Amino acid sequence: MVNNRKMVILLVPLLLFFIGCIFLFKGLYSDPRKLDSALIGQPVPEFILQDIYDENKQHDASIFQGQKMLLNVWATWCPTCYAEHKFLNQLATQGLYIVGMNYKDDRKKAIRWLTDLNDPYQISLFDRDGMLGMDLGVYGAPETYFIDSKGIIQYRHVGDLNERIWKEQLAALFDGMQ
Amino acid sequence: MNVYGKSNLQRSSMGCNNMRKLIVTFFIFFSIFTPAVYSAIDTFEFENVEQEKTFHDLTKVLRCPKCQNQNISDSNAELAKDLRNKTYELVKQGKTEDEVVDYMVARFGNFVRYDPPVTPATIFLWLGPALFILFGFLVLYKQAKNKARREDELDSVEEIRLQKILNQGDKK
Repeated sequence: MVNNRKMVILLVPLLLFFIGCIFLFKGLYSDPRKLDSALIGQPVPEFILQDIYDENKQHDASIFQGQKMLLNVWATWCPTCYAEHKFLNQLATQGLYIVGMNYKDDRKKAIRWLTDLNDPYQISLFDRDGMLGMDLGVYGAPETYFIDSKGIIQYRHVGDLNERIWKEQLAALFDGMQ
Repeated sequence: MNVYGKSNLQRSSMGCNNMRKLIVTFFIFFSIFTPAVYSAIDTFEFENVEQEKTFHDLTKVLRCPKCQNQNISDSNAELAKDLRNKTYELVKQGKTEDEVVDYMVARFGNFVRYDPPVTPATIFLWLGPALFILFGFLVLYKQAKNKARREDELDSVEEIRLQKILNQGDKK
């Protein structure tokens, strides 16, 4: 009886050691640069932004209502966005509704990019000053927000979308959204 | 001749010492009184000293989400610049320090704070060390108690010996 108790007490440090190991092991595979969005479960913030092609055309948060969609934040100064663009075109041909947000960029360059590389976006917002970017908590490009049909942000993906990550994680997430 | 030479030598070495002292003094002076280097490129103007202080405090406690482990005052990232500008704008509007921090947390999450709030997920940071110390004292206490008990008790051989000594005392 006494021996048993002693064993239990002696096992405590070992247990603590293993718990520590689990934490550290998890740390090896988590990317600290990928932060969860603070806006998950919240509607897309209010905004008024120009269309990228037409200065006189303005969009507001109501464009995120009615169907589930992706909001892709991109810029011509972002090399990863270039790599991602092909896959976005592919998703668009599959029928995904994607809204693009050109972030802190030059309108002419952006339009040239979309003409040369094809335009996967149903709507293209032009956020030159990063106003909506600030309200969304964008901290780099590319970022992709998963928005459900009620305009609620369900997930944010930091970094590029590609075939592998889409198949492994994101497709199920998108299909699971209302 | 010799004497002169010596005194010359002494003088020159004294001069060297003084020079060194001067340099050291300058060095210490400038390293203590150098104003903290806020990113020299932005110049912000404030209506009063409190606003300026609030702004500088904020840029030190807000963490840049892009260049992690730098506050927005240290970081040269484009995003840090945006956050500085936004902070400036909000402070100018008369927002308090807490309000600005809340504004940033609402957008970028608790990650932007260098001073994490107490939440169920972070409570262990405060309780952990206290619990650890408490546990240590508990172990110490138990051990001390066990040891004291062991010293008090006599085993059978000692018991007999004690009885003998007592008996001898009685006889005398």
